[in-house]
Amino acid sequence: MVPLLNVAAFPIKVKKDLGENLLKKDKEPVFITCKSCGRRALKKDWQNNYYVCPVCGKYRSIGAYYRLSLVLDPGSFGELNADLKANDPNDFPEYKDKLLKQKQKTGLEEAAVTAVGKIGGHKVVVIVLDSRFFMGSMSSIVGEKVTRAVEYATQKHYPLIIFSASGGARMQEGIYSLMQMAKTAAAIEEFSAAGGLYISYLTHPTTGGVTASFASLGDITLAEPGALIGFAGPRVIEQTIHKKLPIGFQRSEYLESHGFVDMIVERSEMRSTLLKLIELHNK
Amino acid sequence: MIEKILKKVEKLDDEIKKLEKTQTRETKDLVKSVYQSDEALESIEEEYESWDEHGKEIDKLKQMRNYFLKDCAELTPDEKVYLARHIERPHIDDFIEGLFTDFFEQKGDHLFDEDKSIYGGIARFHGIPVTVLGHRKGHTLEKNMEYNFGMPCPEGYRKALRLMNQAEKFGRPIITFIDTPGAYPGMEAEEHGQGEAIAVNLAKMSQFHVPVISVVTGEGNSGGALAIGVANRILMLENAVYSILSPEGFASILWKDSDRHKEACKLMKLTAADLLEAGVADEIVREPVGGAQRDYATVMSNLDKVLYKHLKELRAMSPTEIKNDRQLKYRKIG
Ligand SMILES: [Zn+2]
Repeated sequence: MVPLLNVAAFPIKVKKDLGENLLKKDKEPVFITCKSCGRRALKKDWQNNYYVCPVCGKYRSIGAYYRLSLVLDPGSFGELNADLKANDPNDFPEYKDKLLKQKQKTGLEEAAVTAVGKIGGHKVVVIVLDSRFFMGSMSSIVGEKVTRAVEYATQKHYPLIIFSASGGARMQEGIYSLMQMAKTAAAIEEFSAAGGLYISYLTHPTTGGVTASFASLGDITLAEPGALIGFAGPRVIEQTIHKKLPIGFQRSEYLESHGFVDMIVERSEMRSTLLKLIELHNK
Repeated sequence: MIEKILKKVEKLDDEIKKLEKTQTRETKDLVKSVYQSDEALESIEEEYESWDEHGKEIDKLKQMRNYFLKDCAELTPDEKVYLARHIERPHIDDFIEGLFTDFFEQKGDHLFDEDKSIYGGIARFHGIPVTVLGHRKGHTLEKNMEYNFGMPCPEGYRKALRLMNQAEKFGRPIITFIDTPGAYPGMEAEEHGQGEAIAVNLAKMSQFHVPVISVVTGEGNSGGALAIGVANRILMLENAVYSILSPEGFASILWKDSDRHKEACKLMKLTAADLLEAGVADEIVREPVGGAQRDYATVMSNLDKVLYKHLKELRAMSPTEIKNDRQLKYRKIG
């Protein structure tokens, strides 16, 4: 194996979780209305059903910390590089204000939360992109957090799980945003060359530079039902071809039938599916 | 503004050419040599002025041309975008002809299709066998339609990877030319895995043990540019631009108004100088005043020197050093 680049140069800081804190970070209102059928119910009821509407089956986007609480063994969560905060490399007009608003709205520092924890007792590195923060767009800090977490997984020989959700590039960061695609893809390739298992888990929406980098490089690719997954956005495609796109185009089910997804997994089966896959790869 | 200036200059160019055509054969040869190199022209021109019947007229026109071109010395970002997209700008066919010998074209991804928006093969650069490839644009609307305006589908990226994998296998350096509005946003492109194709190129290019040098010659937009641009060295022509998205797309996403693209250019930091400062570009290759389309010979000669210098440096490194050098370049960004 070629020696790893720079892992030592970027020390990993692990913030310990006290257990119950993950659920508290689920910043949703007390009453939640389904965007698809209009069903209104208590947050607790939504939580009990993993935020899937029991009437129409519509998947509601969930926050990064909440997803981690569904996936990881209780009390096993440790956050990696929690102190990496969003920055403004281009000094772009109004960007700092917008970042601040996103932080206040979501309670997140950036669109990616990276963690080390356990699933069924197996140590794993889990990366979650949160679509509520700037549409999960790829900023230089998102790229940096992903890269550091992947390097950490490589070093520790832990399986890697990435829940992708992204509207694409972080426009305000320009070329720095674009270059994160090369940086993260290289880190995944090193991880893969070292024999690591990478499960790419696509959630709504996964588009643009995230699709065209780490999200498409999994050994196993899973998707949540009905998620929009693609490179170009549907609006851009329609403008280019001057046609309406067929219903279901670029949805998980469409990608599965076109050969890009191994399996579509219900949220209620998320943890058990991951555990099964990790155990199948245990030597 | 530059559009207007260049139109005026083109008119002068035409008139000068017309006058030159009426000259004697020797004068014509002389002017031809001058046209390629302004310095050489000046000295010889003085010598032969006595028998050059249109000499004075031509001089006057050239003075006028220089006067106009002076305004092209410092261009705004949106003027650079205009030049970067100029239809007469040298494209990959011209670069291959101007810089390489023994070119052998390789077609197709050998999986599904031949994507003409990517052009490439094996050639010699200063006698060294290399793999050369890049986005392909044409000098006419017909050619551009044939090449899909340099917007690849997944098959194009897979063809590029096929060529690059062979370069890795046979130890050939890889030289790529970037000039694309972006990956093609079409239905089939999505169905055939545009995202996957780009992602795999990024991942595999990060692992190559042969030198990779990318030259941004025109516009480099989005993942469609990066997919053949994970390189040890990134060179940019002076008026080339490299950005996350086209200025029109940028304005449309940020302000829901693609007409504000000139405003976007100012904010995007997409010029060669910006990219050099960001640590993405490694060196800028000078263009003739008024743009590369005005004088191919100078562009080729300038690029040849810079390209060869970087290739020599990289070839002195071991395969592992070459790979680590490339990974470190991207690891440091952001
Ligand atoms: Zn519903």
